[in-house]
Amino acid sequence: MSGHSNDNVSSEELWGGGRSPYGISYGKMYMWFFLVSDALTFSGLLTAYGFSRAASEDPWPIGEQVFRALPGLEGQYPLIYVALMTFILIVSSVTMVLAVEAGHRNDKRGVVRWMFATIIGGLFFLGSQAWEWSHFIHGGGGSFLLATEVSITADNGEEYILPVGEPIFMDHHFGELAEPYSNGDASVELHEHHGHVTLTQFGEHTHEAELHQLTIHKYIQDEQVISGDDIYKLWEARSESFTFGANMHENEYATQQSYANFFFFITGFHGFHVFSGVVINFIIFIMAYRGVFERRKHYEMVEKVGLYWHFVDLVWVFVFTFYYLI
Amino acid sequence: MERDDLIVNDSYSLNAHHSEEEGVKIRKKILFVTVLLTVITAVEVAMGIIFKRAETFSWEIIKWTFVTLTLVKAGYIVMSFMHLGDERSVMKKTILIPYLIFIVYLVYIAFTEGYGHLSMYNSFH
Repeated sequence: MSGHSNDNVSSEELWGGGRSPYGISYGKMYMWFFLVSDALTFSGLLTAYGFSRAASEDPWPIGEQVFRALPGLEGQYPLIYVALMTFILIVSSVTMVLAVEAGHRNDKRGVVRWMFATIIGGLFFLGSQAWEWSHFIHGGGGSFLLATEVSITADNGEEYILPVGEPIFMDHHFGELAEPYSNGDASVELHEHHGHVTLTQFGEHTHEAELHQLTIHKYIQDEQVISGDDIYKLWEARSESFTFGANMHENEYATQQSYANFFFFITGFHGFHVFSGVVINFIIFIMAYRGVFERRKHYEMVEKVGLYWHFVDLVWVFVFTFYYLI
Repeated sequence: MERDDLIVNDSYSLNAHHSEEEGVKIRKKILFVTVLLTVITAVEVAMGIIFKRAETFSWEIIKWTFVTLTLVKAGYIVMSFMHLGDERSVMKKTILIPYLIFIVYLVYIAFTEGYGHLSMYNSFH
């Protein structure tokens, strides 16, 4: 791809000093070395995730059950949103490689146009990740633990004896309404009707919500839904505290905290890389637009930031597989 | 075998230029890699939705298929998008070999210890 002449030299002369044995400029080489060290960091994080998961004594949540919402839509779409994020990042990687290609032809207009497209793609990804975080933090409605043992019949007819400490997951609307109760607010009254529970909350405002179903074993292998009068049995056996969404101390997705912490750390660290990548891309975009590289007669800076941007895409490919898929 | 100890003078990447005709060829290759990466991602998502987890042999196969597809994707990104495939062989080795040695060892030791902890826990509870 580079402009080679036919002036071959021997190995002795090559390594004898005075030229780059790697055939690569100083700046690009050190970008590669930086990326190797950064890749070691990310690999370390993902391997730590793998270690925690392999060593986990409790069931580990399943990606397609935790991440199955789309913004503004009802219903379940397992992994579709993450797939969309992956696609956005791949496309912005492609526009970056097209900017590098335009740079090799000294095509200033092409570089500016494709760099702009890359920045837009990066911003879209950051926005998607913000929504993903928000959704993860708010959760699907919260959960409570059983304070006493309960025997229950699931909707599929299977009977379960649920031990003390078994997490029960709530419907989204109901979860929001139940939240003040976790802070010791006693102004919650529970009425039983046939087949569902009505929760009325008194105070400045009066809300009413109907709970049609509760879920046991959510986010793991055998998700089971409970409806009918058995909901009331579960609700009666609840413990005092509720868990809503995820934070650094507790999460509704798993009984162990490392699942949520790794989510925050790995996707957060990657998101920070995307953010800095967008900033760097923007600087190079402005420089290209103002003709700095045109005067330099080469667009190697575009190649260097391109390497960084592709690396961000590369990391996401691994995060996607090891955090969401497997 | 092509000798890679010979270099052409003045072949620093600063002078990496190509013509319009070469550009057309390169863009064709970019399009190919784009389509390939998209298709692999779509296949992965479809597999993730369709196949259920179980402690069985079939899930092991699916898991390793995910890993393989991911490595294929990573290979295309590094070799094609990051142009490492176009660099001199000594450069490729400098980047890849130290990284791979560390990571293969790290993954091996982390998973051995992780499963070891779990089996220890299980045998005492």
